[in-house]
Amino acid sequence: MSDSADQHLATIDALLATQPGTPDLLLPTLIEIERSLGYVPDHAIARLARHFNISRADVHGVATFYADLHARPRGRRVIRICQAEACQSLGSRALTAHAVRRLGIAVGATSTDGGDTLEAAYCFGNCACGPTIQIDAQVHGRVTTARFDELVVRTEPQ
Amino acid sequence: MTTIYIPNDTSACSVGADAVAAAVETAIERTGIDARIVRNGSRGAYALEPLLEVDSDGDRIGYACLTPTRAAALFARGLPERTAPDCVGNVDALPFLRGQRRLTFARAGLSDPLDLDAYRRARGFEGLERARAMSSAQIVDEIRRSGLRGRGGAAFPAAVKWQTVLDADAPTKYVVCNADEGDSGTFADRLLMEADPFQLIEGMLIAALATGARSGYVYLRSEYPRARDVFERALAIARRAGVVGRDARGAGLAFDIELRLGAGAYVCGEETSLLESIEGRRPLVRAKPPVPAIQGLFGAPTLINNVLTLAAATTILADGGDAYAALGVGRSRGTMPFQLAGNVARGGIVELPFGATLRTLVESFGGGSLSKRPLRAVQVGGPLGAYLPPTEWDVPLDYEAFAARGAMLGHGGVVAFDDTTDFAEQAEFAMRFCAHESCGKCTPCRIGSQRGAEVIARIRAGDAPDANVALLEDLCETMELGSLCALGGLTPMPVRSILRHFREDFSRADLAGDAPQRNPAQGTR
Repeated sequence: MSDSADQHLATIDALLATQPGTPDLLLPTLIEIERSLGYVPDHAIARLARHFNISRADVHGVATFYADLHARPRGRRVIRICQAEACQSLGSRALTAHAVRRLGIAVGATSTDGGDTLEAAYCFGNCACGPTIQIDAQVHGRVTTARFDELVVRTEPQ
Repeated sequence: MTTIYIPNDTSACSVGADAVAAAVETAIERTGIDARIVRNGSRGAYALEPLLEVDSDGDRIGYACLTPTRAAALFARGLPERTAPDCVGNVDALPFLRGQRRLTFARAGLSDPLDLDAYRRARGFEGLERARAMSSAQIVDEIRRSGLRGRGGAAFPAAVKWQTVLDADAPTKYVVCNADEGDSGTFADRLLMEADPFQLIEGMLIAALATGARSGYVYLRSEYPRARDVFERALAIARRAGVVGRDARGAGLAFDIELRLGAGAYVCGEETSLLESIEGRRPLVRAKPPVPAIQGLFGAPTLINNVLTLAAATTILADGGDAYAALGVGRSRGTMPFQLAGNVARGGIVELPFGATLRTLVESFGGGSLSKRPLRAVQVGGPLGAYLPPTEWDVPLDYEAFAARGAMLGHGGVVAFDDTTDFAEQAEFAMRFCAHESCGKCTPCRIGSQRGAEVIARIRAGDAPDANVALLEDLCETMELGSLCALGGLTPMPVRSILRHFREDFSRADLAGDAPQRNPAQGTR
């Protein structure tokens, strides 16, 4: 096993040490693993199954259901564009096409240098101030193509 | 000392309220003005954000759509003048707010959402106090008299659920708040939790008194990080104050609330999927019966209600069920916090008694389109709701009147679209969204939505349109009648409304023969 896999397992084990093994804590634990590692590595599945005393298939079924849980690492910066109706009515389709051109990556893809991931999202509850995007944790409203370009430059990872 | 209010909710901050607050802070320090900044929750008049209000002898004078530069300029020589071009006058007198009947959102945006004393001063906990003096059965009777129906979308009579959980003989019962507000065009749950979080806690405490539950969960979607932050802090404050918590005594109630986060799944807003999600299983929708009120979370009787339903209980207990029921029409009693969104000049929360027309909402409150082009439709009730053209806008905002037109009020979201919209594309999107979000348990939803998107793409491409429209109508019927839950069951609603009102968009000359445009968001999973 690689060094990073060992580190990941150490992180996961440290996390599990603070969690009781009641199965309803599986999702909060997965969310926490995603938060600390940036994704849910495959080798976490068996560890979680043992901890919660459920099958690996059960863990896999939960881990693969949710859009927020990723099987592979994403870019250092994640840009999500709302694709739902309220943002559509304000031009999110054109904004998405612009983002694809500007970043040079498809929706759902990560740039080859691991810098940016572009994702679809479905509603941030910012529907009276759309189109809405999220760059890492920050939600931005009334995003025109010009403002998109400005935000992309301003939030460039160092 | 003068108080300056600058909102800190998701929407205000998405358009720069934090930068405005920082600019004002700097300007105050530099000029030495005797003033303090309060970060209030938004009033939900979102066209004005970032909105700054200056308290002037009880009147709150507003300065709208500020940038940091404009905000700094306002305070360059002392407090801002009412003659400034950004000034909108007394905010409470603005027609958008004055024309509303705010009960649930009465406090939103008036003060710091985490100021428990301000909450008490603004009639907070009055409902809870009255409930504490009543028996469980009396509380449920009050809810019954109010005529309250579930505000999450299904509009099921709240008292029936409450009574069922009360009557259930079980050692453990739960109250679960559904804050998985996934419908596009809706944000009332989010604003309530960000601007008036103690109201939700109070509503859950009333529900606990009414049903005998000793613990509760709030299931909040992950797309609302700010609501999570505010609500978590509100819970901690309420626990410290002895209002809530396993050991709360005296003024409080031995009832604890746990916040659980979703992880990006629309279907978890469906109540049984939500319960599966809390239990840690793959959140496939459960077959009903048994209903959650009999066998819900961890198999125990569970009262599961939307944020706004639980919040309404505080008003109903404070003012009485009869006062609440005095508002509204037909079987739609009380007020509904509607949410105006999308291509509308003045979007935001518009809380009105049921019975006003959709046109009043869209035209008088909304002010028509933001793009200045004619509006061609509004979609009411989220992604599973109908698209209604202006000829339908005289329908009263009433559950039954909407149902009679093949539409629904749902959670009260109203999304406006102008005349540049291709509604055939919207119909295809409705099916693709269902395919994307289907939990996969039942075939009509899992396969039907996929086939539906393909059939619509063929119609849009001009491939045997008449035969394919007939096929689509047949498919809609199968999904409606055969799906396990509302996701598959209601996806046909927007599609059929487009077939009825915007049939011409399926054969637009400018699109005929083109390959259907795939939404770039699709095909990634």
